Amino acid sequence: MSSFSVTEPSNRSKWIAGFLVISYALITMIPLVWILLTGFKSPADAISYPPKVVFDPTLEGYVNLFTTRTRQTQEFLNANPPQNWADEIVRQYDMVIVGPSKFGERFMNSVIIGFGSTFLSIFLGTLAAYAFSRFKVPLKDDLLFFILSTRMMPPVAVAIPIFLMFRNLGLSDTHLGMILLYTGVNISLAVWLLKGFIDEIPREYEEAALIDGYTRFQAFYKVVLPQAATGIASTAIFCLIFAWNEYAFAVLLTSATAQTAPPFIPTIIGVGGLDWPAVAAGATIFLIPVMIFTILMRKHLLRGITFGAVRK
Amino acid sequence: MAQIVVKNVKKMFGDFTAVRESSFTIEDGEFFMLLGPSGCGKTTTLRMIAGLELPTSGEIYLDGEEISQKPPSERDIAFVFQMFALYPHMNVRKNISYPLISQGMPRAAVKNKVEEVAGILGIRDILDSPVGGLSGGDRQRVALGRAIVREPKAFMMDEPLGALDAEFREHMAEELRALHDRMGATTVYVTHDQLEAMQMGDKIVVMNNAVIEQFGTPQEIYDKPATMFVAGFIGSPSMNFLPFQSRLEAGSEMVRLNGHDEQVPKLLEGAEGELVFGARPEHVFLSDRSSYRAKVVAAEYLGTTQIVTLQSPNGEVKARIDARENVRLDEQVGLEFRSSAITLFEQSTGRALKSTLNEEVLGNG
Ligand SMILES: Nc1ncnc2c1ncn2[C@@H]1O[C@H](COP(=O)(O)OP(=O)(O)OP(=O)(O)O)[C@@H](O)[C@H]1O
Ligand SMILES: [Mg+2]
Repeated sequence: MSSFSVTEPSNRSKWIAGFLVISYALITMIPLVWILLTGFKSPADAISYPPKVVFDPTLEGYVNLFTTRTRQTQEFLNANPPQNWADEIVRQYDMVIVGPSKFGERFMNSVIIGFGSTFLSIFLGTLAAYAFSRFKVPLKDDLLFFILSTRMMPPVAVAIPIFLMFRNLGLSDTHLGMILLYTGVNISLAVWLLKGFIDEIPREYEEAALIDGYTRFQAFYKVVLPQAATGIASTAIFCLIFAWNEYAFAVLLTSATAQTAPPFIPTIIGVGGLDWPAVAAGATIFLIPVMIFTILMRKHLLRGITFGAVRK
Repeated sequence: MAQIVVKNVKKMFGDFTAVRESSFTIEDGEFFMLLGPSGCGKTTTLRMIAGLELPTSGEIYLDGEEISQKPPSERDIAFVFQMFALYPHMNVRKNISYPLISQGMPRAAVKNKVEEVAGILGIRDILDSPVGGLSGGDRQRVALGRAIVREPKAFMMDEPLGALDAEFREHMAEELRALHDRMGATTVYVTHDQLEAMQMGDKIVVMNNAVIEQFGTPQEIYDKPATMFVAGFIGSPSMNFLPFQSRLEAGSEMVRLNGHDEQVPKLLEGAEGELVFGARPEHVFLSDRSSYRAKVVAAEYLGTTQIVTLQSPNGEVKARIDARENVRLDEQVGLEFRSSAITLFEQSTGRALKSTLNEEVLGNG
């Protein structure tokens, strides 16, 4: 082979591409790495200037994140020796742990609402996309445009009407309310993305299944769904990321019961001074589920499932 | 095994007519060809028989039972798609088992049946491979396996060889025909390749522009075309059409072509105006005796025969003659036609005039 080939990029362009990709990845990862590190700093290290890259790691931020603490008198502290490593950490500030913080609960709310709305968006989105893709739906184009048009302004633009509506319907500060809201926002994206994916699946597969003696629903379930897996996985990631990170509606519509993690994390700052390590710890833990979900789905994203089955 | 009767079936997509009222009968065990140019409605017709498309009007009978509005799962008809449509997320064995599983056949029986079918098709060794990496021929065999495994009443095949390489097509065509002869199942086969249709079919339906032009055995369709379209579509090179003007009475056996009398099969109907004299190239001969003269403009050598193109007073004529005959370009030669094989057409409608040659064929068209 000559060094000049149309199909293979030259070594030099590979090097340049590699360099650019790696630099970009590093730059975008700096804030994340910084959050991760800050979570293991002491409050003093966290705000020291110049910023410390090397420091004594401590779990203080995580302890503060998950607990509520009170300051106690020296007598009390002497009378009650620390029970475990977490107690020992808070003793440096003459404090004792009096109970868990709300973080665990808020985090679970995020999980329920985030995954619940993602599931619902995907469930409804797949059925709607299939119908739009395969059947003669009256006013199909107008309906699709209408569905898309719900995303033509930022969702917060309708925050006030939604707030009033939720209050009247008794949906304020409920899990169901937040699931419905996020589903409503995500469904247009889900329908459009999934319709694109389902359009790509040749009809012959379902028709073959119909001929093979299956019902329309069985054909959808057994033949179309497995092939739409790539599309479903990527759509689910988009939906989850939106619902998981959503802040404005969560602040407006949730408080005591259904509050999610995003509005909760900033409130940590207010409790006992600027507790940046606890905030960073909260942010770190908050990132984990989406990361795991994306990694799990990645397998589907990369597998070109229909490869080679149809000769085009 | 089954007889299929298609009666006045019509299909519209919105305002567009894909198939006009069509009727034909497919006898039990026949290898039946649906032939026609692209877009003429072959696939639509096939899909209506299989139940993938519902006719706008008309009836379809399978063994006497009206099925035109039934879902495909209740028709017991198998379909082989042009692109095979093997389930990409399943291996070969699963693909072939799939129709049996839907019938609730026990696992052990499914396994045996699949092995048996794989044996017939010679694909035992690839049963556990994914379908993605298979060659075109193997995919074709798997698709056939999926169709024959449940022993349906009839097979529908939509250009099943269309996705294969030219040289492999012929081999697969023979395999298909042998498989059909072995199983004797009624088969409807769509193709736009007239040679394939002539070689493989017991019966042929020729479609054009959503209309059935003719329906019959390959010989009937070749020798006694019902329309100019059929005459032109089938055979290569196609039939020569020599336009002329005349007034003919029923019973006449002569036509005048540019001042020369030519004998034709006895006409059973009269006609007047723009007519066409149709002669296949193998029914045109060069003869010094004839006073109907034409000029040789080209000669194509084909081994045992040659195709000579001539310029006659009524337009271009191709003759298929013995390769040993000596023809020189630009030479003036005399032309003779085999009178018993001539078909006359009406120019305006393209319809063949009824004569002693084609009376039984036109009778059922
Ligand atoms: N679902 C549909 N909606 C609208 N028009 C259709 C539909 N299916 C087919 N047609 C039209 O009907 C006509 C006949 O189509 P059909 O597929 O039956 O042709 P065909 O003879 O099989 O052609 P080909 O050789 O190209 O496969 C075409 O003009 C096609 O565009
Ligand atoms: Mg077709």
